[in-house]
Amino acid sequence: MMVSLGNVLFNGLAYGMLLFVISVGLSVTMGLMGFANLAHGAFAMLGGYVATTLMNKAGVPFLLTLPIAFVAVAAVSVVLERVLYRRLYRAGELDQVLLTIGLVFMAVAGATYVWGPGQQPVRMPDYLTGQWTVAGIDIGVYRLFMILVGIAVTAALVLGIERTRFGAMIRAAVDNPRMAQGCGINVNRVFSLTFMAGSGLAGLGGAVGINLIGLDPGFPVKFMVYFLIVVAVGGLGSIKGSLIAALLLGVFDVGGKYYVPEVGAFIIYAVMVSLLLWRPAGLFGRR
Amino acid sequence: MVSLPVASPQASPQESGAAPRSRPVTQLERRSRWRWHEILFWLAAASCPLIVPDDLVLASQVLIAGLFALSLDLLLGYGGIVSLGHAAFFGVGAYAAGLLARHGWGEPVSGLLLSGALAGLLGFALSFIIVRVRGIALLMVTLGVSLVLHEAAVKGYAVTGGDDGLQGIAVDPLLGLFSMDMWGRTAFGYSLAVAFAGFLLARRLVSSPFGLALQGMRENGRRMAAIGAPLRRHSALIYTVSAALAGVAGALLTQTTEFVSVEVLGFQRSAEVLIMLILGGAGHLYGAFIGAAVFMIVRDQLAAANPEYWFFWLGLMLVLVVLFARGGIIGGIATVAGKLGSRFRKGGTR
Repeated sequence: MMVSLGNVLFNGLAYGMLLFVISVGLSVTMGLMGFANLAHGAFAMLGGYVATTLMNKAGVPFLLTLPIAFVAVAAVSVVLERVLYRRLYRAGELDQVLLTIGLVFMAVAGATYVWGPGQQPVRMPDYLTGQWTVAGIDIGVYRLFMILVGIAVTAALVLGIERTRFGAMIRAAVDNPRMAQGCGINVNRVFSLTFMAGSGLAGLGGAVGINLIGLDPGFPVKFMVYFLIVVAVGGLGSIKGSLIAALLLGVFDVGGKYYVPEVGAFIIYAVMVSLLLWRPAGLFGRR
Repeated sequence: MVSLPVASPQASPQESGAAPRSRPVTQLERRSRWRWHEILFWLAAASCPLIVPDDLVLASQVLIAGLFALSLDLLLGYGGIVSLGHAAFFGVGAYAAGLLARHGWGEPVSGLLLSGALAGLLGFALSFIIVRVRGIALLMVTLGVSLVLHEAAVKGYAVTGGDDGLQGIAVDPLLGLFSMDMWGRTAFGYSLAVAFAGFLLARRLVSSPFGLALQGMRENGRRMAAIGAPLRRHSALIYTVSAALAGVAGALLTQTTEFVSVEVLGFQRSAEVLIMLILGGAGHLYGAFIGAAVFMIVRDQLAAANPEYWFFWLGLMLVLVVLFARGGIIGGIATVAGKLGSRFRKGGTR
């Protein structure tokens, strides 16, 4: 039986929203500082583990674990940023890539050590389970929740960046860091805070995504390419670009798995490569 | 950072009296002369069957990994082109050798060369893409190409055997005389010969005017463009050579193990070869082999002691090297040797 197009679109949108929530922080930090952070997925994984540990060991309700995951990951990331990342802002991509691959290895081994190699069991609260059928489309309640979270994050980001003073500082720093520094903006501090928020969002995404994509120590490696595709295709530092790229990736990935499973992720990688050849800076990149 | 050679005061005796040569040529000649520690290095490698007769299988693996890292060194250490997907060429070489042997072409040396040529051809085709992008897009494109090939190998079950790997590979005796034995003696000798040949090629290449131009590109691409160096052509050429050499390394792995697993194309392999090279020191040729040896031996020990978490230490090692020892092992040795050397002669050459 063919799965209806509506279902594919709906599930793809939910998946895309998840990819967006996790990747958008990476996009902004890569656009801001040009830092190739392959360890971004490790932050998402950490968020997931914080949430499951709180739920399973301390009985904290699921919705409450989400903000805690955000804060915990943001706190960890700012320590890493101060101790490790900051030393390599002026270094080449190669050094950044190597450092963050090293961090990924450490995170994967560390997570295996602390939480074991298997998938983390999670039980979602009853009000987030089940599904409705509307006009022939199966609407999973959890996927709907995921889409709502994605919309909320998008709205918060757009408002935060377009309407607040700090958002204006970020935009200035992305456009021209030297000029921004010259105007008295502390670019380093702006970057630290942005990095923190972006990593926190990854943590939130990791927590909210367990129910959709699972959680095990291989997470940072398994999804690294997806996050990078979102960033590279969307264009560095572009929220709009990340959103569109993430939704497209989500829909095509889900659709590909339903309709042409024998081809697998082949198409996605091939499309990414050809897209980057057409526009090396991504769909909405400026540089 | 500049590692272009500086003429040192003590010129060698045979230069005086010879017809006057232009300075870069004499520099290159001086640099391409064999030193005693280079000869020592290869003698040590060749004496592995005497020193570690029980670990020849590991020694062959080190040589193959070293050859692969050497191919990346040409690209990254000399050309300054970063690749996150170098396993693409290694894997193509490995599969080509496996498929040739499986379908009747069991002669190893010609199989090796054919596989290398095929990988080089792919590298040549891709080089037109590679020269167009840089920075993060370059990382993503190289990574993407290797992922496409990996997916193709996983899904192309009928040809590649998919996740089960390519089996039933029968390699003829080497030169019609030596068949692959259980202790890996033939495999070791074969790997050593191929690695040495690859090394000679790479060494010749980097001490040619083309090699010098590459290093100029790495240090300052704009300036090289300004003096009229054809950057794109140089990039494409080194990319092709590097791909072919990586393909040879992959084919060597297939022929010595008589098996191809789909992980020859995996991201893990691309990451590991980068790690080996950086650990050993990029841009020195020997760094590739030393990094491969240290990496494989450490991994062997750690994985035996700590099978589940060994890559934690690998990650830590990587972080420490990037933060504190950018030159890798060779870079560290060169710094120490340079300091010692400058004590003996004033105004030493760094």
